[in-house]
Amino acid sequence: MSFFKRIKDKLTGQSEAVSEKFRTGLEKTRTSFTSKVNDLVKRYRKVDEDFFEELEEIMISADVGVHTVLDIIDELKDVARTRNIQDPAELKSAISEKLAQMLHKEGNDGSLNIQSSGMTVILFVGVNGVGKTTTIGKLAHQLKNDGKSVLLAAGDTFRAGAIDQLEVWGQRADVDVIKHQEGADPAAVVYDSIKAAKARGVDVLLCDTAGRLQNKVNLMNELEKVKRVIQREVPGAPHEVLLVVDATTGQNAMNQAKTFGQSTDVTGLVLTKLDGTAKGGIVLAIRHELDIPVKLVGLGEKIDDLQPFDPDQFVYGLFSFNEDEEQN
Amino acid sequence: MAFEGLADRLQSTLQKIRGKGKVEEADVKVMMREVRLALLEADVNFKVVKDFIKKVSERAVGQEVLKSLTPGQQVVKVVNEELTALLGGEQSKIAVSSRPPTVVMMVGLQGAGKTTTSGKLANHLRKKQNKKPLMAAADIYRPAAIKQLETLGKQLDMPVFSLGDQISPVEIAKQAVQKAKEDHNDYVFIDTAGRLHIDENLMGELKQVKEAVKPDEILLVVDSMTGQDAVNVAESFNEQLGLTGVILTKLDGDTRGGAALSIKAVTGLPIKFVGLGEKMDAIEPFHPDRMASRILGMGDVLTLIEKAQVTVDDEKAKELQKKMRDMSFTFDDFLEQMGQVKKMGPLDEILGMLPGANKMKGLKNVQIDDKQISHVEAIIQSMTKYEREQPEVINASRKKRIAKGSGRPIQEVNRLLKQFEDMKKMMKQMSGMMKGKKKGGMKFPFM
Repeated sequence: MSFFKRIKDKLTGQSEAVSEKFRTGLEKTRTSFTSKVNDLVKRYRKVDEDFFEELEEIMISADVGVHTVLDIIDELKDVARTRNIQDPAELKSAISEKLAQMLHKEGNDGSLNIQSSGMTVILFVGVNGVGKTTTIGKLAHQLKNDGKSVLLAAGDTFRAGAIDQLEVWGQRADVDVIKHQEGADPAAVVYDSIKAAKARGVDVLLCDTAGRLQNKVNLMNELEKVKRVIQREVPGAPHEVLLVVDATTGQNAMNQAKTFGQSTDVTGLVLTKLDGTAKGGIVLAIRHELDIPVKLVGLGEKIDDLQPFDPDQFVYGLFSFNEDEEQN
Repeated sequence: MAFEGLADRLQSTLQKIRGKGKVEEADVKVMMREVRLALLEADVNFKVVKDFIKKVSERAVGQEVLKSLTPGQQVVKVVNEELTALLGGEQSKIAVSSRPPTVVMMVGLQGAGKTTTSGKLANHLRKKQNKKPLMAAADIYRPAAIKQLETLGKQLDMPVFSLGDQISPVEIAKQAVQKAKEDHNDYVFIDTAGRLHIDENLMGELKQVKEAVKPDEILLVVDSMTGQDAVNVAESFNEQLGLTGVILTKLDGDTRGGAALSIKAVTGLPIKFVGLGEKMDAIEPFHPDRMASRILGMGDVLTLIEKAQVTVDDEKAKELQKKMRDMSFTFDDFLEQMGQVKKMGPLDEILGMLPGANKMKGLKNVQIDDKQISHVEAIIQSMTKYEREQPEVINASRKKRIAKGSGRPIQEVNRLLKQFEDMKKMMKQMSGMMKGKKKGGMKFPFM
């Protein structure tokens, strides 16, 4: 199915409400991009070196990693050569096809691995200030609405006020929070939370952790310990290790994905703050180089501002086209 | 791909060009491509990069580089100079109002580190300038944000003004300034909620706060990991509020921090401080030259040297040198020396400041764990005084005892002894070579 067909189906399909949210959330991202790509296509009569250079700049400005951009450009040049494409407008669809394809890799549909029976444990990791606690609050609310029983583990025992912050989210989502004192061992908090979750027969346990920069070896070791405790106490867990990434982050997100991936085997990304002007293009590079899929997207501060990631619409947001062109 | 220092990259590019005898104008173009990639990888905004490359190219083609015998290094020099110049001078001063209190407003996106930075700055002013700051909790939106500032206040033993989360930030700011006047606080830090620069309502609120309390400083707090969008954020905040400066946070990470250059280039605002950790004293003045090297991936040697100067005791260093020369270096001295290194901070942090450390042979991907040092310490501390002075007496049964005492495997004890032996050999060679003029680069067993 072609990219546009897919998009159209999606926009007219049942997921309309979700689409709408995604669309409005990405409004800012899209408008700036629409003008850029369309402008580029209009200004060039021929696909040439300069055209590719400008295209490169547009992608770089979206924080798609430099190396990934160079790879994409090379492939597009190949496409242009083999299909003998001269008209920039014609190449435009090849561009979005290529990007959507990158996010659409086989074998992973990007949905959360929630067990149909037994307890699901999800561990949240990431650097400081990306929105881990907020994401947990929103996800708890969603899962609860889906009829799951949810418990939160206040594993950020380091940052001032972090436990209180999670508790507020717990109240909003109407789920319980297991906590210790500030400064306590996060692995112990998680251990107690698992015990409590088992005793209460909870469906999903969401574990918060303190933000940490990936080059702090001690803190990364601490995180490994938390994961080991989960592995030991619940067979097959954690079912997801979600790395929360701020969409405004640049190339460093790649380092984050690599290092957190090494110590905790990250299974997916949550891309937050995508309602700003940042494009979060680095997730393309992360998918490209490390094959870690984006699973959720944060589009605001409200409790229902967390959405499943939709690769097509994400790319659509990056390289959107005018309404009339969608018909083609 | 891990980043390689610009110098190395230019070197390898030049090797391809070599054999031509002289570097030509076209070759400068090739080199500029490398510079461009290096800057883009460091998250410098692509427009800023474009302008920058143009400038550097002009200088490079303007004979400076072409005539040089070491064009690669010359390019690095030119790039470094231009970068440093662009990053501006050191301006780590916070305004002082003629009519106290001086009001400082902290603004920025969500999660940039405003609250932590407020605490650090207030603490810095109190410690370095003997000021009496008051912190005001004006983030009424994020859950527990007020609690966070209050907790920091408690930790620092610093007053925090708050009215809960039901009162408007404008009112909180006003009353905080009033309170500061009454209590004779000379600074008020207003910690505002994180917000998107495109959120008209919330940006409007900041304008109202500004209108109400007429701050002497409006500081934009920016995460140093920010990518291309840093330009939009800084420009937008600046246009709407009229900022007076920027603070870069989380620079203790492994980001190259190109955002610093982008922001400086488009707004012209001074970067006043940088945040380097989660502890309340982890804030430092901004050094353009160091930032330039960092962006280029050349390491932060100056900070390292500074750290060493502060922490390493001069007397002790001399004594150690003498011991190295006359070969009376013992495990006790070794222990002492390790203590000195440890005082400089976590080892991986120190290594990160060394240029090229990330690709040094054997160090690649090796994570230096401070625990390993503790292990070495434990082994040495499990030796008797006699053994520490005469390690050659350590036989199998002594080894067993040391291993037991330190709780480490016997292989580790063996390794340490071997490394100590090698080190002594190396010292012998070195002292023979340079008669103790300079301190040589020693290898530590835990590296």
